[in-house]
Amino acid sequence: MLNEKIITVDHLTKRFAAFTAVDAITFDVYKGEIFGFLGANGAGKTTAMRMLCGLSMPTSGKATVAGFDVYTQNEQIKKNIGYMSQKFSLYEDLTVKENMQLYGGIYGKSNQFIKDKTAFILEQLHLKDEANKLVGSLPLGWKQKLAFSVAIFHEPEIVFLDEPTGGVDPVTRREFWMMIYEAAANGITIFVTTHYMDEAEYCNRVSIMVDGKVEALDTPAMLKQQYQSPTMDDVFLKLARKATRSGD
Amino acid sequence: MKPQQHNQSKTGAARRQFFSFVKKELLHIWRDKRTLFILLGMPVVQIIIFGFALTNEVKNSKIAVLDQSKDAATSSLIAELNASRYFDVEENLTSYKEIEAAFKKGKIKLAVVLPSQFSEDLKHTNKASVQLIADASDPNVANTLTNYATAVVMDYQDRVTNKQRLPYSIQVETRMLYNPQLKGAYNFVPGVMAMVLLLVCTMMTAITIVREKEMGTMEIMLVSPMRPQMVVIAKAVPYFLLSSINIASILLLSVFALEVPINGSLVLLIAESLLFTLVSLSLGLLISSAAGSQQVAMFISLVALFLPTVMLSGFMFPIENMPFPLRMVSNIVPAKWFYIIVRSVMIKGVGLAAVWKETLILTGMLLFLLTVAIKRFKIRLQ
Repeated sequence: MLNEKIITVDHLTKRFAAFTAVDAITFDVYKGEIFGFLGANGAGKTTAMRMLCGLSMPTSGKATVAGFDVYTQNEQIKKNIGYMSQKFSLYEDLTVKENMQLYGGIYGKSNQFIKDKTAFILEQLHLKDEANKLVGSLPLGWKQKLAFSVAIFHEPEIVFLDEPTGGVDPVTRREFWMMIYEAAANGITIFVTTHYMDEAEYCNRVSIMVDGKVEALDTPAMLKQQYQSPTMDDVFLKLARKATRSGD
Repeated sequence: MKPQQHNQSKTGAARRQFFSFVKKELLHIWRDKRTLFILLGMPVVQIIIFGFALTNEVKNSKIAVLDQSKDAATSSLIAELNASRYFDVEENLTSYKEIEAAFKKGKIKLAVVLPSQFSEDLKHTNKASVQLIADASDPNVANTLTNYATAVVMDYQDRVTNKQRLPYSIQVETRMLYNPQLKGAYNFVPGVMAMVLLLVCTMMTAITIVREKEMGTMEIMLVSPMRPQMVVIAKAVPYFLLSSINIASILLLSVFALEVPINGSLVLLIAESLLFTLVSLSLGLLISSAAGSQQVAMFISLVALFLPTVMLSGFMFPIENMPFPLRMVSNIVPAKWFYIIVRSVMIKGVGLAAVWKETLILTGMLLFLLTVAIKRFKIRLQ
């Protein structure tokens, strides 16, 4: 792994009136790593992620994403990141191909690029025969894999995945993580939130947020050692039990 | 030359973004055939319903005649009533008593009584009387029918007196300007236009944006480099196109099927309709920023917009007769101004000089709504 920092976060804070959703978090993410961003519901993960994606202005603190400042350069940030949310994010009434053309288009890619990339992804996912089928007619697992491919269609430096495997069967989840590894091997940094602790084990490094603060950050192996726990599940429970905020 | 090249590729990318998005919106509409059918069929159906079924004109009403004179004069008057397109003589009565019975059967709406000395009176005293008895359980119809009947009698009288060349007589001559036949179509074509444009643009734009919020796809758009304003504009484009088709079909139907002429400038009429379309689109955007779900968006569109449009635009009920507070409220209903403009341009045939005030009001509304809508859309992202 290269030691090049691609995301730097320094005392980043977001307040909504009297409520501090994200409380002075500090961490770095390195290029090409799979960074697990964990926390119970209401711990502030989504708010932190929205700030890094340029969707929400921080109250204070510093952060850069792909070398761009979150306060002043969110246009450039948006060009260099991909995003996939917990809600399924393709258009069900468009075909597989049309969805790819749309995403290529809104990232300003040329027709040639879109054509080549579409062919490549269809080949990779064995979806050639389904290219002109409506996305709504595909099984959920395929849709999820397709959504990931579309999120990195424009070859971003970082891809943010917000609980990408919610409601998917274990086999598909495994296949999905294979795709994540492949993307990481190609140099795309993965920033992923999840509720599945077995998935946390797949990450290079994991941070755990409790009540708006990053309580722990290390490799899964080190975390288990530090908290004297056999599994990540156990680590998470030990930390999350300290929370005073209720989930949403 | 390098910076310029950079700029060119930047606008090229922006154009590609915009057209990819518009294409996607068109695909959404195209794939949803049922909605498309409703959107394009609605104006046609409304014009047909209003034009041929729901009309406040009274045609071929059944009447009864009690002719106590039974001479040449009365039978020619009765023949004239029967010949007019408003009346059909259903029953010939023989006594006063039968009148009430005829009304109670519900068959007739009006009874005409000609007294026994009708011809004599007309000849010798120049003063004959006709009695009209109307079923006023529906006061509007009763009023209309007695007016029509009076007109037919007057017509008849005119012809008789003209023959005799009286030295002097006072005649009241009424001319119905712009709509000499008092056709209802003149009134509702502008109304239907306002209703259809408002429904298609406002409701559909609001729903389509809220749907993306619900589906989570809006978030993806906002994370993309596409500017929020561009998302909003690209969403409105297909509905603007649909509305243009609807404007065309309404105008074609009214000219060719209902024979309502376009007396003023067609270009002005179309330009004003497109202005109103833009106002409706901005309203839709505003609603979408307030509504959390598609149902709420639809509810707001119907209750907060559609009802006032029908009630307060002057299309169904004359604004002049409303109490002061309602008259005030009617001023903020965009359809009221559009309705005035269309009526003036289409029916009266006046030019921009006569409707500049209304046009200015609509333009002001457009700028205000659009500014607020885009501002609210941006705030939501924070």
